[in-house]
Amino acid sequence: MADKSFFIDTTRCTACRGCQTACKQWNRNRATKTVQRGTYQNPADLSAATFKLVRFQDIRVPPGEEPKWHFFPDQCRHCVNPLCKMVADGKGKGAILHDGKTGAVVFSPEVKTTPDDFREIREICPFDIPRYDGASGAMRKCTMCIDRIREGMLPACVKTCPTGAMNFGDRETILDMAAAKFDEVKKVHKGASLLDADSVRVIFLLKDDPDTYHQFAAKRNGVGGTGTMAFRRSLHPRSRLKTS
Amino acid sequence: MTNHWIDLRNSDVILVMGSNPASNHPISMKWIMRAKERGAKLICVDPRFTQTAEVADVYAPIRSGTDIAFLGGMINYLLESDLFLKEYVVNYTDAPFLVNPDFKMPGELDGVFSGYDEDNSSYDKKTWAFQLDEKGVPKKDTNLQDPDCVFQLLKKHYSRYSIDIVSQVTGTPRDKCEEIYKAIGSTYVPNRTATGCYAMGWTQHTVGVQNIRAFTIVQLLLGNMGMAGGGVNAMRGEGNVQGSTDHALLFHILPGYLPAPTASLAGLKDYVLKHTPTTKEPRSVNWWSNRGKYITSYLKALYGDHATRENDFGYSWLPKLDEGMNASWLALFARMYRDQFEGFFAWGMNPACSSVGAGKVREALGKLKWMVNVNLYDNETASFWRGPGMKPGKIKTEVFLLPCCSSVEKEGSISNSGRLAQWRYKAIEPLGQSMPDAEILNELYFRVKKLYQKEGGALPDPILNLTWEYGEKDQEGKVRHLDAHKVAMEINGYYHENVYDKTASSPKLIGKKGDLVPNFVSLRDDGSTSSGNWLYSGSYTLKDGEVVNMMARRGKEDPTGLGLYPNWSWAWPVNRRIIYNRASVDPKGRPWDPERAVIKWNPAAGKSGGWEGDVPDGPAPPLADDKKGALPFIMKPYGVGAIFGSGLKDGPFPEHYEPLESPVPKNPMSEKHRVNPTIPIGKLQAMAKDPAFLFSFDYERYPYVATTYRVSEHWQTGVMTRHLPWQLEMHPQQFIELDRELAGVKGIQGGDLVEVKSARGQLSCVAIVTDRFKPFLIQDRKVHLIGMPWCFGWQYPEDGSGGDSANLLTPFMGDPNTLIPESKAFMVNITRIEKPARVSDQPGSDSLDRGRG
Repeated sequence: MADKSFFIDTTRCTACRGCQTACKQWNRNRATKTVQRGTYQNPADLSAATFKLVRFQDIRVPPGEEPKWHFFPDQCRHCVNPLCKMVADGKGKGAILHDGKTGAVVFSPEVKTTPDDFREIREICPFDIPRYDGASGAMRKCTMCIDRIREGMLPACVKTCPTGAMNFGDRETILDMAAAKFDEVKKVHKGASLLDADSVRVIFLLKDDPDTYHQFAAKRNGVGGTGTMAFRRSLHPRSRLKTS
Repeated sequence: MTNHWIDLRNSDVILVMGSNPASNHPISMKWIMRAKERGAKLICVDPRFTQTAEVADVYAPIRSGTDIAFLGGMINYLLESDLFLKEYVVNYTDAPFLVNPDFKMPGELDGVFSGYDEDNSSYDKKTWAFQLDEKGVPKKDTNLQDPDCVFQLLKKHYSRYSIDIVSQVTGTPRDKCEEIYKAIGSTYVPNRTATGCYAMGWTQHTVGVQNIRAFTIVQLLLGNMGMAGGGVNAMRGEGNVQGSTDHALLFHILPGYLPAPTASLAGLKDYVLKHTPTTKEPRSVNWWSNRGKYITSYLKALYGDHATRENDFGYSWLPKLDEGMNASWLALFARMYRDQFEGFFAWGMNPACSSVGAGKVREALGKLKWMVNVNLYDNETASFWRGPGMKPGKIKTEVFLLPCCSSVEKEGSISNSGRLAQWRYKAIEPLGQSMPDAEILNELYFRVKKLYQKEGGALPDPILNLTWEYGEKDQEGKVRHLDAHKVAMEINGYYHENVYDKTASSPKLIGKKGDLVPNFVSLRDDGSTSSGNWLYSGSYTLKDGEVVNMMARRGKEDPTGLGLYPNWSWAWPVNRRIIYNRASVDPKGRPWDPERAVIKWNPAAGKSGGWEGDVPDGPAPPLADDKKGALPFIMKPYGVGAIFGSGLKDGPFPEHYEPLESPVPKNPMSEKHRVNPTIPIGKLQAMAKDPAFLFSFDYERYPYVATTYRVSEHWQTGVMTRHLPWQLEMHPQQFIELDRELAGVKGIQGGDLVEVKSARGQLSCVAIVTDRFKPFLIQDRKVHLIGMPWCFGWQYPEDGSGGDSANLLTPFMGDPNTLIPESKAFMVNITRIEKPARVSDQPGSDSLDRGRG
């Protein structure tokens, strides 16, 4: 099996939230109690029970300008070099697995993590993905549906997507698909970007500034950590990382 | 849909107006995206910036209830700019037909067409007729120059709809109007097509039918009817709403769109005479001339051997409407409110939330003796007696809630939006004591029949003579388990006698008694055939001596490359995938667009030529064939597309009228008639003499336009989806969306609780303050528009946190042709009430799980 990647073409995302529901269904994740907070986005954030979340950005536009409503189907990026795993490994092996075949980064449901260790792992993530299940002490997030992939099935979110926003396949194919679509979208949307294609396995294509989608859409300085930091932390697990 | 879901991918310009497919028909976006990949333009015209708008190439805001102004402007633009396919318009539409010279239009008669009777809010349509020649065929001017021809009348009528006027009425910026008109107009050439996707945003208005007609005129002018990627496409939401309409969900029809009989038509002959159109146009197929065969075969399907020539095939057993009787939704509930019903079946429905004027509907339910609610869950209708403001001790209505199972717990067919009847299988056994609806009916039928057998009753024949051969019977004669296949076969129809071709020198057997008929062409009016619904004849039939369920076919071949997939299940009629497809070719049978040929005439095929591609709208050769050539619009008596719609109650051309409740004191198109002059306001008000049915024309008291809609996450009133925790999690509470400016004036912030009030009732909603809603500039006045979904109800979630139905606010009034209620445009006022108590979004989750601030 070749290593895998996702291409999420947000120019085709209509925020139907089929992916968010399919994810909950496949992973048997419970629904949380929510309230209407003045946005379509719900739940408010990822959680131990929500691995996939469509973020709705209702953008404030100057008078006379066209409205904008950006949709960002957030999930773990399954980094090529997962910093979370480097940190976790420094605390004892087994909490985070990096599947050699697919490249999936998977949190073990069996391994308990202390709140302090979890905090460090979450802080190193440039995309703010890891979540903690207080009851079981396990960390939780998107599994790449590795249990489906091993059976030759697509990840649940990809399978359910009606518009072609969610794509999944061999990394080489996905990188080609992403590059081709990026070239096309760039012609119409000058501010388009392809996010972190070299370093992540979940590659987002956006037509607008990443900040207008989600605070942690793109990797950037000062958020999360670098490889060096993760390496340092794996050696000195008690040291605290300062984030601005 | 005249076309089908997959066909959206063949379009060059897609106008989404009166619908929001990204939210409400997610799968349609699969094909719209494919079209966009080919370079198609997606245009979204909507009062609010929707999920569809976000992925559209062009978005234009429009004030709710002004679609005719926008589309009228489009028609004017097309005609002014000569953007129409002349050969199509001349040959395939009534544009060249000459109309009675006495016919007058709203521009001349202050807002009404000739023949208006103010006292009865109706028209005498004498002048809305074509001039006929000595043979009885409409006179024509194929140069489209005669001032009395439909084309010139159309031009004159819509010359009043300049972009300036349109913009003042709709609030749509002028440049947006022009950009969109130009894009749609670009498809007048033979090798480009535009399609229109609409839903309740067009239908649920007091001018609902005319909204749609306005777009049919556009499509006829552009030559887009019958084309791949063209058509007028009603996006049906409910998985089987097309099927339920085909099988006569509504009061005015029997299955297969046969008009419901009325009391004055005493015998079958009278019915057939009245409802069978005739034509003197020799090249018109006039398909409805077959009415007699379809109604007779329907009666045979109902009553079998009890239906004989001697007893008019049991026609007298059919229920009849009184002449002019209105048994539509609005009228039924108005009567129920006036204590005129004893009992009520709310079958798979939740009118306590789904109906306009839901507050009055809830009161009306309390005036019944009994009500049966068949549903998956308890709901606001079954539990109305313990709802907000109700006094259970005073309500005498006895409620029976029968649990039915869901679609995956039973077998049968579902007809989708593209008229595709697909067979589905049972995935799991029904849960608990729930039963398929058909089994519930079977139980009910058997018990009612037994009572009639025992007690006689007023009119036992229709029940006692009904055929009910749907499976093995027990010793009492009750069908043990209802077999969906048997029902499907009855719908297809049988030969009840041996049928011979008597034109041959020695009569040849063409249909054997007891066999399934091959399709509706075989149906007869002599009692020798039956069919429960002629449109579905051919869906379950004999192929090479084998009984074949055509709806269960799963062939994936696509010979045209257009996505017609002729071997995948079955589409009515006769597996035709694009209706009116004879209009996709020129009079010689050559496709307007050879690259996207739906059908084409091959003169070399067979003995005398034949059609290739989709199943054509009839086998006749193309129009240019002097002897046998036929016109393309086979369901119309004159064989052509009707730009002049004289069959409607409110005028042969769509004219802009304001919604019943509107922010505009005067209709800029007409001094005198602000609202549709044919809506029976007085009649309905008289039926329900209660002030709460009234409307408010006081736009100072109710200054904001309101509209209602759906969200992807909830289904209809939410009965099925509010019980699904994952769906409820995404949209947990009734909300109101409003623009930032209005929110500022009212001191409302996102998440605040807002009271919304109309003349009918009030509702608490949580505010979403957004730039996706913008105030409109209407006749130099700023008009704000707010929106609410209608998927919530008090009964579930049990803690009441969901709120209640937006239909507590909507007006109890509808379109004069269909009486579809006007829930898309009405007037409200809003006030901020209090800051809602915040609860944790993630109870039970560790505090560590909060976002990093």
